[in-house]
Amino acid sequence: MIDFRLTPEQEELVNLARKFAQNEMRPKAAQYDREEKFPRDLLEKAHGLGLLNLRIPPDYGGLGLGCFDECLVVEEFGAACAGMTTTFMSTSLALRPILVGGSEEQKRRWLPGFVERPLIAAFALTEPDSGSDAAGLGCTLRREGDDYLINGTKRFCTNGSQADLITLFATLDRTKRDKAICAIVVEKKKTKGLAVAKDEDKMGIRCSATSELVFEDARVPAANLLGREGEGFKNAMKTLDNTRPWIAAMGVGVTRAAIDHSLDYAMQRRQFGRPLIDFQATQFKLAQMAMEMEAARMMTWKSAWMIDHDLRASKESSIAKAFASDTAMRATTEAVQIHGGYGYIKEYPVEKLMRDAKILQIYEGANEIQRMVIARELMRSRGG
Amino acid sequence: MNTVVCIKQVPDTETKVKVHPQRPALDPEGVKWVISPYDELAIEAALRMKEKMGGTVTVVSMGPQRVEETLRTALAMGADSAVHIKEDLDVDAITVARILAKAIQGLPRDLVLVGKQAIDDDSGQVGPALGEFLGVPSVGIATKLEVAADKKSAKVSRQIEGAEENLEIPLPAVLSVQKGLNGIHEPRYPTLPNIMKAKSKPLKAQALKDLGLKPEETAPRTQVAEMALPPPRKAGKLIEYETPQEAAQKLLTLLREEAKLLQI
Ligand SMILES: Cc1cc2nc3c(=O)[nH]c(=O)nc-3n(C[C@H](O)[C@H](O)[C@H](O)COP(=O)(O)OP(=O)(O)OC[C@H]3O[C@@H](n4cnc5c(N)ncnc54)[C@H](O)[C@@H]3O)c2cc1C
Repeated sequence: MIDFRLTPEQEELVNLARKFAQNEMRPKAAQYDREEKFPRDLLEKAHGLGLLNLRIPPDYGGLGLGCFDECLVVEEFGAACAGMTTTFMSTSLALRPILVGGSEEQKRRWLPGFVERPLIAAFALTEPDSGSDAAGLGCTLRREGDDYLINGTKRFCTNGSQADLITLFATLDRTKRDKAICAIVVEKKKTKGLAVAKDEDKMGIRCSATSELVFEDARVPAANLLGREGEGFKNAMKTLDNTRPWIAAMGVGVTRAAIDHSLDYAMQRRQFGRPLIDFQATQFKLAQMAMEMEAARMMTWKSAWMIDHDLRASKESSIAKAFASDTAMRATTEAVQIHGGYGYIKEYPVEKLMRDAKILQIYEGANEIQRMVIARELMRSRGG
Repeated sequence: MNTVVCIKQVPDTETKVKVHPQRPALDPEGVKWVISPYDELAIEAALRMKEKMGGTVTVVSMGPQRVEETLRTALAMGADSAVHIKEDLDVDAITVARILAKAIQGLPRDLVLVGKQAIDDDSGQVGPALGEFLGVPSVGIATKLEVAADKKSAKVSRQIEGAEENLEIPLPAVLSVQKGLNGIHEPRYPTLPNIMKAKSKPLKAQALKDLGLKPEETAPRTQVAEMALPPPRKAGKLIEYETPQEAAQKLLTLLREEAKLLQI
């Protein structure tokens, strides 16, 4: 009944993703981080190999792979650079609302372009006053003839400044909270009244663009609305349920990189006449990292598998996301510790890993919010 | 242009190799297997020719079940079909060539490409031996290849000590590929859509008996008597000195008397 073997195609998929991640992404990770350089060149290369937007269905020119397949690729990417991974995957995140709530015509209009060209998309939910409480968002949209007029500010929008297309969440009436939220596709070039205010200067994942977007009477055709008015919040939640496993997979990748670097270092660094790996304190740190990584990977795989089988996976994907990102944070902190003072120096890769790991606990729903979801599901099982 | 490429599955260069505990052979335990890098370049060369001139690329490999992965990778890179000689034999290069020749004989081919050597045993003999068994010319360590439009001949260059040798050969022929052949230094990555397509491409498994080879024809000609890892390097010697002159004098003495690297 249970089989942990990958199919031969999945093995090939992992091989390709690993080759690309280790040969192309990893050598550039430190430089792009230092220079906050947007990895457009790598995004184009990854796209050329077919490694991006894996889940676009064959009807729209894509490969129609599953959440599980995507997680396999993301683990490999994550082991090379979480900033580049975030950049690549945010397009996938932003296209999901179109798959969740878009009409056939809308899917045909927007999705094939992402298979044919290395286009970039961004998912704009968070605002200055609305983060964890996404239902309280205040960016407004108002119908005017065949268009909607959009006003408000979106914050921390990954890829915002670089995107060709933005999936935006805005409200008809803020007091009605989730009941009034709409999802709408904004084509950036065609939209007047949309400005990029800034890209943030961040602790980690520094090569990714995290943008503030300002909408001032931005006019978007009503035909771009995904689903009906008021269906946007449900769409956003469905989208996030569906994409959380790959945040978890990125956590597994970052953890793996932390273990790899620590193992190399501990075998080569000598103190008290012996390599660090000879000290049981070092061994136990590595063993703990390995145990948690294995658990995190299994949770990730399970939640992704459930999603691919159309099973309700809110709890499982929250468990995977929170656990794997907490694991990445712990493991990278320990990796720095194993490296001693050198771990604190930018010349060694674990310093970046630790800075990068932190975001995984925060975005796509902070881990406190994941725990609320998990607890709510537990209570639901008792009729709560 | 129909090309056959012979490829070998070898341990990844990053694998820490071990000698088998019972036999004088590599211990396959924990080894990550890849296509030998020169063979990968040969595949790349064949694919570029196909892109330019049309035709097919067929990949051939011998080895146990796991070799199928290697063949699938080649198919994902763009080869059209694969032949797997499914035998796990520890035999010498000449016998390998004899077997490969049998498998290749029935295949459409204007040209057979091999890597100039496999990076595991570095023997470099399969190419020339294949030429013999197929009864066609063979050119070793080629750096340039230009096939005539009628596919009846090719111009080939090879680097030799201090010069370049330019040859014109009739086809079909066997060529062993050097890094840099026609400017090829890196093979392509298989793209994901091609990986997916590869699963429906033909991969034919054959046993020695299917090839009509008798056991005595495939009996090994050589036997590996022993296999050992290189001895661990000895620790270096630290020269202690007061003045640079003294250090140089001591170093000279050591190079002469201990290392015997200097006769002066
Ligand atoms: C680099 C980066 C990239 C991002 N990319 C995107 C993107 O592409 N699209 C997008 O829409 N957003 C994006 N975000 C936004 C991100 O999802 C939010 O930052 C996150 O959801 C948290 O919201 P907040 O920052 O407003 O924190 P707040 O909601 O203010 O939370 C602050 C703290 O309070 C805790 N907290 C809040 N409410 C509760 C509660 N009820 N119970 C217990 N604890 C609580 C939180 O867990 C957190 O620890 C990104 C953020 C960053 C930093």
